[in-house]
Amino acid sequence: MDFLFYMGDVFMPMNFALLLLGTVGGLILGATPGLSPTMAVALLIPFTFQLEPQQGLILLGAAYTSTVAGGAVSAILLKIPGAPANIATTLDGHTMATKGEGAKALQLSFLASAVGGLFGVFLLIFLTPVLAQWALAFGPSHLFWLAILGVTVIGTLDSSSVVKGLLSGCIGLWLATIGFDDIMGAQRFIFHPAVSGGINVIPALIGLFAIPQIITMLTKGRSRSDAEVIKVRRHPIRLAFVEVFRRKTALAIGTITGSVIGLIPGVGGQIAGLVAYDQSKKFSKEGEKFGTGHSEGVIAAESANNAMVGPSLVPLLTLSIPGSPTAAVLLGGLLIHGIFPGPDLFMNYPEVAWTFIDSMLIGQILMCVFGLYIAGFAASVARVPHGVMAAVVLGLAVFGSYSVQNSMGDVYVMATLGVAMYFLERFGFSAAPLVLGLILGPIAEANFIQGAMIANATVGLGSYFFTGWLNWLLILIVVASVSYSVWMEIAHRRYTTKEDAVAKEEALS
Amino acid sequence: MKNWIAGAAVAMAALTGSAYAEELGDYPERPLMLMVSYGAGGATDFQARIVTMTAGNEDALGMPMAIVNKPGAGGRVGWNWFATQAEPDGYTLGAYNIPHFIAQSIEGGVEYSADSFEPIANWGADPAVFVVGAESPFNSMDDVIAFAKENPGGLTFSGAGLFVGHHIAALQLEQAAGVKMAYIPNNAGGAGAMRAVIAGEVMGGVNNLSDAFRAQEAGNVKVLGVFDLDRNDFLPDVPTLKEQGYNIDNASVNFRGVMVPKGTPQPIIDHLAATVPTMFENGRVQSRMKAGGSPMHIMTRDEVLEMWAARQETLEKLLAGL
Repeated sequence: MDFLFYMGDVFMPMNFALLLLGTVGGLILGATPGLSPTMAVALLIPFTFQLEPQQGLILLGAAYTSTVAGGAVSAILLKIPGAPANIATTLDGHTMATKGEGAKALQLSFLASAVGGLFGVFLLIFLTPVLAQWALAFGPSHLFWLAILGVTVIGTLDSSSVVKGLLSGCIGLWLATIGFDDIMGAQRFIFHPAVSGGINVIPALIGLFAIPQIITMLTKGRSRSDAEVIKVRRHPIRLAFVEVFRRKTALAIGTITGSVIGLIPGVGGQIAGLVAYDQSKKFSKEGEKFGTGHSEGVIAAESANNAMVGPSLVPLLTLSIPGSPTAAVLLGGLLIHGIFPGPDLFMNYPEVAWTFIDSMLIGQILMCVFGLYIAGFAASVARVPHGVMAAVVLGLAVFGSYSVQNSMGDVYVMATLGVAMYFLERFGFSAAPLVLGLILGPIAEANFIQGAMIANATVGLGSYFFTGWLNWLLILIVVASVSYSVWMEIAHRRYTTKEDAVAKEEALS
Repeated sequence: MKNWIAGAAVAMAALTGSAYAEELGDYPERPLMLMVSYGAGGATDFQARIVTMTAGNEDALGMPMAIVNKPGAGGRVGWNWFATQAEPDGYTLGAYNIPHFIAQSIEGGVEYSADSFEPIANWGADPAVFVVGAESPFNSMDDVIAFAKENPGGLTFSGAGLFVGHHIAALQLEQAAGVKMAYIPNNAGGAGAMRAVIAGEVMGGVNNLSDAFRAQEAGNVKVLGVFDLDRNDFLPDVPTLKEQGYNIDNASVNFRGVMVPKGTPQPIIDHLAATVPTMFENGRVQSRMKAGGSPMHIMTRDEVLEMWAARQETLEKLLAGL
């Protein structure tokens, strides 16, 4: 119960002011496309030089928590995920917004985020020693199977047909091979200096989601004058509470999937949302409603990506190994004050460690409060004329892509992928499976090569990849996931008929 | 009229040209930029932020220095950019990692070599060390090599990637001990390689001294040897590889420092070479680096030039066999 003892420290005036600053700043940074949680935290590190270690970490912890949730704002209102963690939120969240339920979607997403986030931080508080062992259990072979599990999701994710989903997944996998490969340093498909470092996920994400939106806004603005107004119905917060807790399955699946995946070093929050979305779709009684603005989609995705925040810090705080890029930045923030994370961190610096964790707990609640407040402004965003909105979003897209690595090359990548995606969408392809391919490609490849190198030096490929209970478990889930998709495909044959295509075209325009 | 403009332009060009060639002028009159070819939060980025934090002081450069990250492909993206696109105007500085960029340039496929850059000063030296898990049966390098001799190619050990300090250390160890081992490059860098050791996925690993020091403090690993000429202050009890009978020098030590692109005016290089080492010596910088467990090793421009040339020679010989 040490965490209760240090709870008071969070409410000291200076600490609480920093917590507020971190939360509000984090929400704004998170809502800006291209400013991922990792970057937001890295940007804040220099400010912590002047602060006490405790205060510095409060700022960083609050910012980490709320940037993850803030990404949902642009995902829902603009269909541009603020970070890879928010991709799944666009699928139902933006559809809800176009139906006039933007305010409701935002409320649901912040409430679900808070529930998931609190659960994740409580896991960090109570189960850290157990979880640390679990975080070490995932070796190259397990990460490989996990990535393959992600690939099985691709086909069924938000496309008019499985074949098109798989095709866009393959395009993503191919894009992921561009650049120097992670392990051997071999050069692949480097046809222009802009792609010599590979396709960075953030610019790709902005391009694939934002550019088609911008083009659509511009074309609509010219052809139809009534297209400028999307109605936003008011939605009482009380009803949002009722809705979130009525959708227990989605909330539970999202929270648990997010916590488990957040714990695994190297996979992180990027795929937590997508896997949770897919799983709750398969378990839901109303699975067919997913993708049409169904509240369960938003709840599962957002509870998952915030649930991952707490567990993702377990390897850092107990083993001193940063499990995600954001954790690596936080490690820098700790080291600069001479604090070495490790098993005795809680013994040597309890006031720092516990206040940091407490600030994430309070941060989740503050984030939810501010988030619900922001949801009230959803209407004003929707009232902005399309021409103006397109210009603002385009500016943000260019800024966000450039700022990732201070490189114009990323802006070209963003623009090229975006224009290509505009046309692909016209043919019924969608961006989510493509991005998933781009994220999973390197994970699967690098872990396969590493696993194969270890296997060849020791036990041989077959027994390395196919024995051990964790391998079996993952293979079993992969097989189950594939069979489910095949069965669904046969049971409800989904062809893109002419009517589908027309409906899709109308939905897009 | 046209002649007048042309004349003015020529005069302007002559003026600025001569100002650059002859003296320093007001340099620096605006903030400087330091390009780091690794991501925010990594060891190089973290240290670069600390050692440049006093750049704005009157006794240093008098202008702040901003860190700009250009990560990708093990540093190749940033250094390619620095060699081909960075302005040689004295306001664009870069961080170097030795032996990484020299080894990469020998491997090929990049647009830089040691001749593309002008070193300014060195701030840190992080030697590679050999680590094994806390529960490992190995207690000295001799145990490791004995196992490797019995199982040729069967001893797995991790490192941060190919053509980086860890890989060089691994090659040196194989050469000095005359054994074949299985070096497993990790895609998640030093942190990933360390995780593989702690989790028991590999039998040992080459890692940074600073990270190994923390992992040993946490009780997760044993450090068996240092790939350097002398023992290190952070780990005074750990013998060097040389002490344990393996003929290995400091070619794998990760030297970090500041450089500018070739073509930067000589007066500016001289000014920076005189000022930057004193900036590293600042007491606040020293105490922050020590607190973070980052070993410092300040070297002047002339010393760095010598070190680069020596590395070029050693690495060409070592990598020739690959």
